[in-house]
Amino acid sequence: MAVAIILLLVAVGSVLFHIFSPWWWTPIATNWSYIDDTINITFWITGAVFFAVIAFMAYCVFRFHHKEGRRAAYNPENKKLEWWLTIVTAVGVGAMLAPGLIVWHQFVTVPADATEIEVMGQQWRWSFRLPGKDGRMGTSDVRNISSDNPLGLNPNDPHGQDDVVIESGDLHLPIGKPVKVLLRSVDVLHDFYVPEFRAKMDMVPGMVTYFWITPIRTGTFDVLCAELCGMAHAQMRAKVIVEEESEYHAWLEKQQTFADLSGRSAVMRATYKSGGE
Amino acid sequence: MVDVPYDAIADAPPAEVAEVELYHPKSWWTHYVFSQDAKVIAIQYSLTASAIGLVALVLSWLMRLQLGFPGTFSFIDANQYLQFITMHGMIMVIYLLTALFLGGFGNYLIPLMVGARDMVFPYVNMLSYWVYLLAVVVLASTFFVPGGPTGAGWTLYPPQAILSGTPGQDWGIILMLVSLILFIIGFTMGGLNYVVTVLQARTRGMTLMRMPLTVWGIFTATVMALLAFPALFVASVMMLFDRTLGTSFFMPALVEMGQQMKYSGGSPILFQHLFWFFGHPEVYIVALPAFGIVSDLISTHARKNIFGYRMMVWAIVGIGALSFVVWAHHMYVSGMHPQFGFFFATTTLIIAIPTAIKVYNWVLTLWRGDIHLTVPMLFALGFIITFVNGGLTGLFLGNVVVDVPLSDTMFVVAHFHMVMGVAPIMVVLGAIYHWYPKVTGRMLDDWLGKFHFWVTFLGAYLIFFPMHYLGLLGIPRRYHDIGEVAFIPPSAHQLNAFITVVALTVGFAQMVFLFNLVWSLFKGRPSGGNPWRATTLEWQTPETPPGHGNWGKELPVVYRWAYDYSVPGAAQDFIPQNQPRGATQAVHGAAS
Repeated sequence: MAVAIILLLVAVGSVLFHIFSPWWWTPIATNWSYIDDTINITFWITGAVFFAVIAFMAYCVFRFHHKEGRRAAYNPENKKLEWWLTIVTAVGVGAMLAPGLIVWHQFVTVPADATEIEVMGQQWRWSFRLPGKDGRMGTSDVRNISSDNPLGLNPNDPHGQDDVVIESGDLHLPIGKPVKVLLRSVDVLHDFYVPEFRAKMDMVPGMVTYFWITPIRTGTFDVLCAELCGMAHAQMRAKVIVEEESEYHAWLEKQQTFADLSGRSAVMRATYKSGGE
Repeated sequence: MVDVPYDAIADAPPAEVAEVELYHPKSWWTHYVFSQDAKVIAIQYSLTASAIGLVALVLSWLMRLQLGFPGTFSFIDANQYLQFITMHGMIMVIYLLTALFLGGFGNYLIPLMVGARDMVFPYVNMLSYWVYLLAVVVLASTFFVPGGPTGAGWTLYPPQAILSGTPGQDWGIILMLVSLILFIIGFTMGGLNYVVTVLQARTRGMTLMRMPLTVWGIFTATVMALLAFPALFVASVMMLFDRTLGTSFFMPALVEMGQQMKYSGGSPILFQHLFWFFGHPEVYIVALPAFGIVSDLISTHARKNIFGYRMMVWAIVGIGALSFVVWAHHMYVSGMHPQFGFFFATTTLIIAIPTAIKVYNWVLTLWRGDIHLTVPMLFALGFIITFVNGGLTGLFLGNVVVDVPLSDTMFVVAHFHMVMGVAPIMVVLGAIYHWYPKVTGRMLDDWLGKFHFWVTFLGAYLIFFPMHYLGLLGIPRRYHDIGEVAFIPPSAHQLNAFITVVALTVGFAQMVFLFNLVWSLFKGRPSGGNPWRATTLEWQTPETPPGHGNWGKELPVVYRWAYDYSVPGAAQDFIPQNQPRGATQAVHGAAS
C-alpha cells in the first residue's frame, strides 16, 4: 500500500515539478522556435507515457500485492495486446520523429541570402572574422598562423585583405538578417554555444563546420564553449551583441581589417628594425 | 486457451556429448586464487569491479562537492575536476558495469542457469580475470603517476586528449589507453567463453527458447561486446601511436599554444565514429543483462510467468542488432555531414519500439500477479521507473534537432545517469539481494535492505530528475564552475547544492549496504537452497553454495521453460525447470 502510494507520488511529483520548475530554457533569440516546439511535443508525448506506465505499475502493486491465499494468473502471452501496444508506440514515435526531421531539414538548409561570418576557437578564446566590403572572406590555413596572423588567413588572397578581424573582442550581429556561422578551430575541439540561439556545432581542427540563424531580438548574450577543450574550458567566454542594423554598421566601421592589422605589424617591425640599427 | 508451444519438446533428448572431466584444484592457491571455477572467478570479478567502483563513487562525491559549493574546497581545482569526471565515467561504464554484468553475473549465472558444470574454457576464463585485474591496476596507477590521470573526459576525444592543454598528458592518457587495450583482451577471453558455453554446454532439454531471460540478456550483450570492443581497441592503439610515435591517425595540422605541431592529415571525427561504434552498443551491453535479470526478478517475486517471453527474447535480439546502426546519434553536433542526421535519428527512434515492448511486458507481468514486495522486487520497481524516465529522455536526445540545444548540457548528464547509471545499478543491487543466498547460503538483512533501497532509489531520482532542467536552462556539462553567466539564476546554484547533499546521502546508504554484505555473511539467516521458491536451475543445485561442478553426479535435465509460476492445478506456485512433466500434464496438454 505504502509502496504503491510512493510510486504514484514519484509520477505525480515529476509532472508537478515539470509544470512549476523555475528552471526552464532561456528566452529564444533566433528563428529556431521550431526546435522549442519540437521539444514541447516530445515533452507532452513522453510525459503522458511516463505517467501512464508508472500509474499502471502503482495500481498493480496496490491491487495485486501479496496477501494470504492470493495466486497469480497464468497468462504467458497475448498477441493481440502486444501488437496493439507496438502499433501505438510506433505512432507515438512517428509523431515525434516527423516534426524533428522536418525541422532538421530546415536546420541544415542554409538560406541563399545568408551572410557568412567566421568564428574561430583556440585554447581558450574566441576570435571572429566578418567579410569586408567585397562581401566574401578570404581563404585560411592553420599553417599560416603566426603571431602576426593569429587566424591563419592567406596573405596572398585578395578577398582576405578587407576581412574584418576581431581578436578577443565581442561579436556583433544585425537583427533580422540570416547568418551562416562558419566554425573553425586551430587546436582542439570547441563548440560555439549561445543558449539563447538554440543552434550549436562543434568546431573541429582540419575542417570547417557551420550552422545558421536569424537573430530575432536585440541583446547581449554569453558565448560558452560546449565541447571539452582542456583545463580552461569553463573560462572560454565571449559575448554576442545583437543590435539594430544602423548600430551594427557604426560598430563595423570602427573594426580593423586584416590588411590594417598586418600593415600595422609590418610598420611596427620596420620601426623596431630601424630603431635598433 | 493461449497458443503456447513452450513444451513442444515433450522429452529431453539424449546427451550428445560425453561429459568432460573438470580441472580439480589441488591446493589453496588453485582453489581460491588461480581458480578455474567460474563461480570463484565471478566473485573475483565482482569484488574487483566493486572495489574500483567505490573509487569512482568517491570521485563522484568530490565532483558534487565542487559543483554544489564551487570555490569552497581548495583541494579541487579545474584540472582535478576534469580528472575526476574522466575517471568516474570510464570506471563506471567499463571497469564496473561491463565487468560486473558479464564477468560477475555472467560467470556465476550462465553455467548454473543453463545446467553446465562450468564454462567451456575454464583456463581461458581464469586468464580473463587476471588480465582484467591488470587493466584495473594500470588504470588505478594513473592516480599516482606524474601529472595524474587523464582529464580528457571519458570519451577521450582527440586532439585534446593527447595535447598539453589537458591534464594527464604525460602518463595519464598513455596508461589509460594501455589499460583499455588490456581490458579488451581480458574481456575477449571471457566473452568467447560465455558465448560458447551458452551455445554448446546447455544441459539436455535446455532449448534456447527455454533459457531464462537473464541468460538471453547476458548472451546477447556478450555477442555485442565481442563485435563492438574491437572498434575501441583499434581506436586506442591508433591514439597511442599518435601520442607516442607521432603518427596522425586522428590529428590534423594544428597549432598548440602558438606552436605549429608536426601532425597533419588525420581526422578527429574518425575517432568519434570508432569510439561511438563501440560506445553505443556499450550502452546496451550494460542494459541487456539488466533487462534480462530484471525480467527474472519480476517474474519470480510476482509469482507469475514473464509476460510475452518470446517477444521479450526477440526484443533483446532486435535491440542488440539495431544498436549497431545508431552510434552517430552521439555526434549530431560533431560536425559530421548533416545528412547523417536523418538516418541516425530514424534508427534511434525505431529502437524505442522494442524497448517500449520490454517495459510494457514488465508491467503487464505485475498485472494479476501475486506481488511479494521483497527487496529484489523493490529494486526491480525502482529500475522500471528510472529506466522509463531515462529511456524517454533518450527520445529527446535521439531526435536530431531536439538534441542540438540539449547536447553537451547537464540534460545529457542527467539522461545517461538515469538510463545507464541508476537503472542498471538498481538491477545490480536487486540481483545481489536475489542471488546472495545462493552464493553464500545466507539471506541479506531485510530491514537494512529496505532502508538501502528507499534511500538509494528516491535519492538517485532526486539527484537526476531535477538535473535535466539545469540542462534545459543551458548549463553545459564538464564545467567545474559555471561562473558568472547572465542566463543562470541564483536558484540554479541552490539546486546544485541540494543535489550535492542528496548525492552524499545516497553515498552513505551504500555504506549501509556494504555493512549488510559483510554482516550477513556471518550472521545472516540461513537461506536454504531455494529461498525465493524459484524455477530456474541455479536454485535446484544439490548444494548451496553450489560445489565445484555445480550438479553433483548427475546433470539436471530440463523439461519446461523457466517461468512455470502459479500454473493452474499445480500443487505449489512454482514448478522447477528440472521437474518432469506428469502431474501438470493436463495443463500443458491444452497448450501443446
